[in-house]
Amino acid sequence: MTGLVALLSFTAVLALVLIVADLIAKGASSLDWNFFVRNPVPAGESGGGVANAIVGTVIIVGIAALIGLPVGIGAGLYLAEYGSGRLGFLVRFVADVLNGTPSIVVGIFAWTWMVKPVGRFSALAGSAALAILMIPMIARTTEEMVRLVPHSLREAALALGYPRWRTSLRVVTRTALGGIVTGCLVGVARIAGETAPLLFTALGNLNFSTHLGQPMQTLSLQIYVYGTGPFDEWHRLAWAAALVLMGLVLVLALAARWVTRQRYGSAR
Amino acid sequence: MTTLPLEPVPAPPEQATPSAEPRWQSLRGVNESDRIYQGVLTALALALPLLIVVLLAQLFVSALPAIRRFGPSFLWTSTWDPVAEVYGAAPMIFGTLASSFIALLLAVPLALGVAIFLTEFAPRWLRQPVAFLVELLAAIPSVVYGVWGIFVLIPFLRAYVVPPLKAVLGWTPFFQGVFYGNSLLAGGIILAIMIVPYIAAVSREVLLAVPGSQREAALAMGATRWEAVRSAVLPYGRAGLIGAVILGLGRALGETMAVTMVIGNRHDIGLSALQPAYTMAAALANEFSEATTDLYLSALFEVGLILFVITVVVNAAARLLIWRVARGAAVGSQAL
Repeated sequence: MTGLVALLSFTAVLALVLIVADLIAKGASSLDWNFFVRNPVPAGESGGGVANAIVGTVIIVGIAALIGLPVGIGAGLYLAEYGSGRLGFLVRFVADVLNGTPSIVVGIFAWTWMVKPVGRFSALAGSAALAILMIPMIARTTEEMVRLVPHSLREAALALGYPRWRTSLRVVTRTALGGIVTGCLVGVARIAGETAPLLFTALGNLNFSTHLGQPMQTLSLQIYVYGTGPFDEWHRLAWAAALVLMGLVLVLALAARWVTRQRYGSAR
Repeated sequence: MTTLPLEPVPAPPEQATPSAEPRWQSLRGVNESDRIYQGVLTALALALPLLIVVLLAQLFVSALPAIRRFGPSFLWTSTWDPVAEVYGAAPMIFGTLASSFIALLLAVPLALGVAIFLTEFAPRWLRQPVAFLVELLAAIPSVVYGVWGIFVLIPFLRAYVVPPLKAVLGWTPFFQGVFYGNSLLAGGIILAIMIVPYIAAVSREVLLAVPGSQREAALAMGATRWEAVRSAVLPYGRAGLIGAVILGLGRALGETMAVTMVIGNRHDIGLSALQPAYTMAAALANEFSEATTDLYLSALFEVGLILFVITVVVNAAARLLIWRVARGAAVGSQAL
């Protein structure tokens, strides 16, 4: 039986290895300078890159993080500091339930509130949808990390006459900072790969655009359009873009891992 | 000795929850700025319950025209005709359930195997790296799975999996018809790979929460390590393991991009896994921006509402089960 469960574990790891290997095999050869600095060319022509999508991803995800991180961290601090009562239970439960909400549902919600009223797709609506997805995730990881701070530290600060709020912010939160940053990195990595909530909000854009009130391209949207399109050239670019996106997400995940290691050793 | 007369010891009642009032709460008085601080944090935390209520209410309001027009028969009607303005979501609901079922069928043994291996049998140095690699599967964006599914998985299925499947099981209704590539089977397999990390991560945490005394007791009675796992560890963590599986189900039900790219998007109910199908999430992804009439849009919102309600119920059930084992812990949140 040991052999069986070892084999099953091996299979799961093999799936990861195969996917990463395929991405590298089919995507790496297309990664050249042009890929990163040029915009897409009309369908059928060869060449072109995804500069607009890379810039768009950074902008949309960046704004989503600006909205989502403060709210998520605040909610997480609430859960860790005051979350022992009924409201804490409710918030914790709702956060976990929201974490499993299909992102496409959040997409149509953001469409209703931010695209329909103004009659135009916008990067900002995409950011809002991603921020909504981020909040419950960040809240829960922040809570977990703050809880790891030993009570003795808090007691020491209070005994020295620190007010509670300063204890919470200056001592507890600062001690847990590495962990909170980790959670944020993981959250950002996850929403950077989201596509479904952007389909009806940021929409995608074949041209270079940094206008927040206009449709904007992201890597994930570009991969979707190119991957499902009819041209070989598009498929080649889809693989390359997928490799870039995957690399981005992996780097963030590994960075998060590294930060945790530094702080807590191999506690988990 | 195959079965042990061991009843799993019920979880200790009311363990000190991680949020039990610690000593520092009484250490110092509360002043005005403390109240402001608490108020701000509370307001931010309230955003979450507010969000779920607003989401639900908005979806319901947007879906109202379709709900009024079609009533409950929306759930079991198979017609989806934007020209005649007749909508029924049965094929999508069926496809969503069927693809998730296939995914669970494949993912559960795999994920439980990973969890059991990592908590009970693997050498210590191997545990962290393997757990990390499996969790990385959850980090791969859905759309990347989709591309991989289209260009790698489907050709592989066509060449090596479907012919033997048809040869052996072709007589059953589940493997009939021509395999064109995009199919329920491809969607289910992609979903399985995607939910393995979630089920594995949560199961692993659940198994880690099983007290060592349970194993030791079984081993002391003469059980082998495998028997100890089967007769003591798994029964003890049963509620949490079921929760882990249901959590995986919740992920599978709502997964959008990868499924949309490989399932074929056909409004039809068919038993054959080799045929194209449709899911609720895929219908939203494909048709939402094409919905030209208000009723069409409303019907899609109703699909979204159904999907949302199902996933909320499924996730709530999963969380309650997991919390029974690992109280209040954000189990699996490490799995990205």
